[in-house]
Amino acid sequence: MSNTLRLEIVTPDAVAYSADVEMVTLPGVAGQLGILPRHVPMMTQMVPGEVIVRKDGQDQFLAVGEGLVEIRGDRVEILTDMALEADKIDEAQVEEARQRAAARLQEKLSSEEVASVNAALARSLAQLRVRRRRSK
Amino acid sequence: MLTTHDIRRRIRSISGTAQITRAMQMVAASKMRKAQQAAIESRPFAHLLYRMQRLATTRAGSYHDPLLEVREVRRRAVIVIGADKGLCGALHSNLFRVVAQYDPQSTLFLTAGRRAAQFVARSGRQLAAEFSYGDPPRFPEARAMAAGARELFLNGEVDQVQVVATRFVNTLTQQAVALEFLPIGEITGLPTVGVPAEEAAGGEHAEMLFEPNAAGLLGYLLSRYLNIFVYLVMLNARASEHSARMVSMKNATDNAEDLIKELTLEYNKLRQGNITKELLDIAGGQAEST
Repeated sequence: MSNTLRLEIVTPDAVAYSADVEMVTLPGVAGQLGILPRHVPMMTQMVPGEVIVRKDGQDQFLAVGEGLVEIRGDRVEILTDMALEADKIDEAQVEEARQRAAARLQEKLSSEEVASVNAALARSLAQLRVRRRRSK
Repeated sequence: MLTTHDIRRRIRSISGTAQITRAMQMVAASKMRKAQQAAIESRPFAHLLYRMQRLATTRAGSYHDPLLEVREVRRRAVIVIGADKGLCGALHSNLFRVVAQYDPQSTLFLTAGRRAAQFVARSGRQLAAEFSYGDPPRFPEARAMAAGARELFLNGEVDQVQVVATRFVNTLTQQAVALEFLPIGEITGLPTVGVPAEEAAGGEHAEMLFEPNAAGLLGYLLSRYLNIFVYLVMLNARASEHSARMVSMKNATDNAEDLIKELTLEYNKLRQGNITKELLDIAGGQAEST
């Protein structure tokens, strides 16, 4: 058994990330989840937030949307609707999207619309968090 | 007997047609590139989603979701995904040939795309709901359609839901396929859109943890699975449509050009013949007068 994990993050438009890494920290529904090689097989739900990848001793940050995670042997596969690396996030644009979503929530919306706006809001917040952490 | 004038008129009209089909070919080609890319890039996602679905549904133990319930099939619903416009070769006739295999009495149809709705209505089949989807398809459109089908299944109006759509293989090949949709289970009949058939859930792993719990995870996965499934099928349908249209318009343009070439040859022959005849007439007249 090797000391690395194969991490794959897949979104509808692309395989957003694929590499051998030492550790993955991801936002599970029940809280942060740190995964090291030889983790027990597991499947879990992920909420919008940040994925921290430790590769060659360095931490990388990705903003992700909600999704599913499958851990099997030395593979971690993440299925999500969004995955962005910190340096690909346009802060101004995301901030604008966040404000738009927040404003929309003040209006009268159907429950389905509320859910989709909330999801958009959570995605923007996740991106902003990742982006701001990096620029600190 | 055609005169040179008639032939000239025909050439003009055909080149007009060729101009139009060439323009449509260009438009379809540019849309095709985008749609194909979207369909191809969604393949790894489709792949992983299907595997997770298989893994979760086979390992979740005693928990059963109503969406997994297999019932005796008395009535079924079929989701037909076509295009809004024609002029795309045999795409629709292939699609409707698959649709025609369902018993009209016991089958309800949900359609996406105007052509599909027209076919179902005109052939006297039962149209339960008509949806539209954009170009490129958007996720909420897929969600609405999946929700419609799920409702029919959950309140017992139908015992099975299938999807009939066109699978994008490559620019020259698109397959009309029927896929299992509900109850959620193993996709038997045919490979899912973009997923190789042999890629079923690996059976070698014994235990699997589910967090927070199997019921919650499975519920979440299945509801998303259906929406994404429809979305992926729509991406494929669009890619197929634009590819088929591009190819058929290219054929039309090529045919028009061949025809023009033939007619031009005929025209020149006729014109040359006329000139020769006139010369002979003149020569004959001169011979007589001397």
